[in-house]
Amino acid sequence: MIFFATPGSDPAARIAGRNAAQETVQAIRKDFGFDKPLPVQYAIMMKKLFVTRDLTSFVNRGLEVVPQVMRAAPITLSLVFGAAVLWVFGSIAVGVLAAMYRDTVIDKGLMILALIGVSMPVFWLGELMNLVSQSRFHDTWLFSWVPGLGYKPFFDGPWMWFKTLVIPWFTLAALYIGIYGRVLRANLVEAYQEDYVRTARAKGLSPGRVMLRHALRMSMIPFVTMFGLDFGVLVGGAALLTEVVFGLNGVGRLTYQAMLNLDLPMILATVMYASFFVVVTNAIVDIIYVVIDPRVRGH
Amino acid sequence: MTDAALTVNPAEPKPRVGQSPMRRAWLILSRDKAAIGAFVVLMVIVLACLAAPLYAKYVAKSDPFRSNLSGSIEIDGKAEKIMQASTTGLGLGVTPIGPTWHGQYMLGADNQGRDVAARLLYGGRNSLLISSAATLICLVLAATIGISAGFFGGWVDMVLSRILEVLWAFPVYLLAISLSIVLLSQTIVLGPIEISSGSLALPIVIIGIIFVPYIARPVRGRVLSLRESEFVLAARGLGIPRWRILIKDILPNVTTTLIVYIPIMMALNIVTESALSFLSIGVQPPEASWGTIIQDGQGLLYTRPMVALAPGIAIVLTVLALNVLGDSVRDALDPRTKMR
Amino acid sequence: MEKSANAPLLDVQGLSVSFATDRGRVKAIDDVSFRVEKGEILSIVGESGSGKSVTLLSLLGLNDPKTTFVDGSVAFQGKRLLELPDRALRRLRGKEIGLISQDPMTALTPVYTIGWQIAEQIRTHENVSKKAARLRAVELLASVGLPNPNEAVDRYPHQLSGGMRQRAVIAMALSCSPSLLVADEPTTALDVTVQAQVLDLLLKLRDEFGSAIILITHDMGVVAEVADRVHVMYAGRMVEKGTTTEVFDQPMHPYSWGLMASIPPLFGEKPARLPSISGMPPTPQQAPTGCGFAPRCRFARPECEARPPTRRDGDHSALCVLDGAERAAARRAVLGHEVDA
Repeated sequence: MIFFATPGSDPAARIAGRNAAQETVQAIRKDFGFDKPLPVQYAIMMKKLFVTRDLTSFVNRGLEVVPQVMRAAPITLSLVFGAAVLWVFGSIAVGVLAAMYRDTVIDKGLMILALIGVSMPVFWLGELMNLVSQSRFHDTWLFSWVPGLGYKPFFDGPWMWFKTLVIPWFTLAALYIGIYGRVLRANLVEAYQEDYVRTARAKGLSPGRVMLRHALRMSMIPFVTMFGLDFGVLVGGAALLTEVVFGLNGVGRLTYQAMLNLDLPMILATVMYASFFVVVTNAIVDIIYVVIDPRVRGH
Repeated sequence: MTDAALTVNPAEPKPRVGQSPMRRAWLILSRDKAAIGAFVVLMVIVLACLAAPLYAKYVAKSDPFRSNLSGSIEIDGKAEKIMQASTTGLGLGVTPIGPTWHGQYMLGADNQGRDVAARLLYGGRNSLLISSAATLICLVLAATIGISAGFFGGWVDMVLSRILEVLWAFPVYLLAISLSIVLLSQTIVLGPIEISSGSLALPIVIIGIIFVPYIARPVRGRVLSLRESEFVLAARGLGIPRWRILIKDILPNVTTTLIVYIPIMMALNIVTESALSFLSIGVQPPEASWGTIIQDGQGLLYTRPMVALAPGIAIVLTVLALNVLGDSVRDALDPRTKMR
Repeated sequence: MEKSANAPLLDVQGLSVSFATDRGRVKAIDDVSFRVEKGEILSIVGESGSGKSVTLLSLLGLNDPKTTFVDGSVAFQGKRLLELPDRALRRLRGKEIGLISQDPMTALTPVYTIGWQIAEQIRTHENVSKKAARLRAVELLASVGLPNPNEAVDRYPHQLSGGMRQRAVIAMALSCSPSLLVADEPTTALDVTVQAQVLDLLLKLRDEFGSAIILITHDMGVVAEVADRVHVMYAGRMVEKGTTTEVFDQPMHPYSWGLMASIPPLFGEKPARLPSISGMPPTPQQAPTGCGFAPRCRFARPECEARPPTRRDGDHSALCVLDGAERAAARRAVLGHEVDA
């Protein structure tokens, strides 16, 4: 980890934060065992994170770290899950339509839209959405339902939760619909050159069935790999920019704040959280893989 | 299908015998309307940004790097203050002038009373400079790492691949942010070179580093497959020294792969730069970039949206043009897509 | 169209196929005519790029309609295939005309079981239950000689060997008892021993199901073994047509002579080197307007610049200026005495 590896600095001083009193630094050194060998340091750190959960942030005057991550996690999860649903269905629709109407106006139009989606910085799109929905057209019927920025917990009212997240979902999904739509179209077009699609067509199947049950079904295998990578990273905090623009205090923002303040315990906690989700999504992707691709099941 | 008539894609221009791949790609590109259009758009943007000092001096008539809170300009014979009293809310405070659509303050002013249009052009210079320089760094690093790993194999490959994997596992933005924060907090001294925290070199280096794995890995793969290819094996069998094979056979092939990445990387870098600058850990004031201008405009979003909109539109146009160009270059150069 | 009793199963007249390229249209198939009678095996022979596969794919409407232009007339059971709307053509595909692909490794969708893929075709054309379709699949697999068909239906393609997979592909093509089977180099990707088994299977199935078979191949041995009639294709044209006996005993076209000469003799002394035809076949865009084979032909002459005439000998015909005694002499020069007996 970069923060431990930064040379020429005392980890205790780093944890204490900038301008910390000398006593604090001493206390931390003892508490975290920085006078002991590295594996012991690591063990103490992990214990504080997972067992006693009393790792505290010194920059933020003794605030406990773990509960903060726990508060931020549902926000990020809500944001990324909703966006993921949108982008999976959106990109499949875009990819399939474009591939079915290859080289027509529909295909070209969709691909230009997808490319625009890929080209827009997400934070700028977010601001644009805010401008439209919060200010310029907020008083019209179109956007009067949009609540102010910020997150409303699901259990305080699912409808409110939904309303606060709709626009962030679309904003975050736009980029991924673009990327996945383009990749999927390319995969489908490639699949159409394959022998198995020719066989499927020679069987007299309808074009829709050939597309969905054969070409798309095969293209879902690389799709799932891509999705697993992106989803894990986003849940782990890469949705930062969307969170910042929409005032959602998710994990990305928490990590970012912690990094700005050089709040080492917090960074540690968020990185742990992120790796947890990367591992979990990897495991889920592996399971899905076994379900959708019989070839990896073995003989 | 063995029938050549089937594998020949009828939509593809037929290369004449004896053309080099580069030359053929160039011919295909020169006939590609989308690529030409994108190139023209890019050139217009680049030229406009290069002309930033001229614009500031002769059209905007103001220094886009000095705040101008008390000045006023004349529009259609009427004097207008650049910082106008707010008409919304409590009527306290000031709002910068909106777009005048005249030479001066064409796109309005930011909260420092600076000409947004002029800043946009100056910011574009930095955005383009950073993205091109970072692309160069990234490609050079990636090519070096990828070729070494692929060509020498063995422990060199082991070490380099592990390093790439570690970098790869870290989310790009978080990596960039942590690098920025670590690097921005101090002045770096590398022998005689001293990089101050406000230097443009920092975002260039950071952005140049973070995408290295994304390119080094395909380069390594390409080199590995080339190393096992018939013509390299034949060359080795003939006793041609390894460095000659590297230069004569492998480098030209890898170059093709790298060229395909140039426009895509430039696009990616512009977006990354703007994101870092938006988080105020990229380009540092007083320098401007499209990202910093969007950030300046964030506070004025509901009153003077043009401050944030204009640089965003500039980014979208540039990145869109680069992506279109990237698609065309890939189609023209990549032998895999040629079969479609 | 009326379906008359003695009309051939498939009647192709003046079929031309061209591809759109950015340098204009390129002709891949030039004025090809042939017919297939019920229950017969017609073999189309030619080297790679001669347009064999393109011919067949355009019969089935499997070429990309955006870049491919097909002319001529194709009558199948009295229906004009080229003018048929997509829906009607789909009803024929898989039901009346079955396709057997060249490479069984890639011809099946890897994520579905063999049985599922066969049942899918049956249920597309017939209104039967899933269960019945599955039973039919098991029967079909048994009839193509797959051991353990009950187990094989639930196997994925990657779990079967190449020969087994090709049998599965054949079973699928047969699933709706088509009156015409189109086999695109069905044995090329297989081991020699498996090749023989698959050919035997095709012959057996022709007798059992009564399907006519169009067999595309570049393997003269395969042709001699199974075909009733042989058509030789070169550079998008059918240069020679006749029964297997006619073409093998009295080949009329210089290109056919080249093919015959390249078959190793069964008896007598083996030559040190088999004769080969020098040069490469032209690609569709550089095909000459005259005889396509002229640049490689030992007997080429100025007349070959023009479109070659059709020489007939009963039903046996060839596209070549050579005729009569001159042809016989030239043939003797290439093939020696053995075939001319």
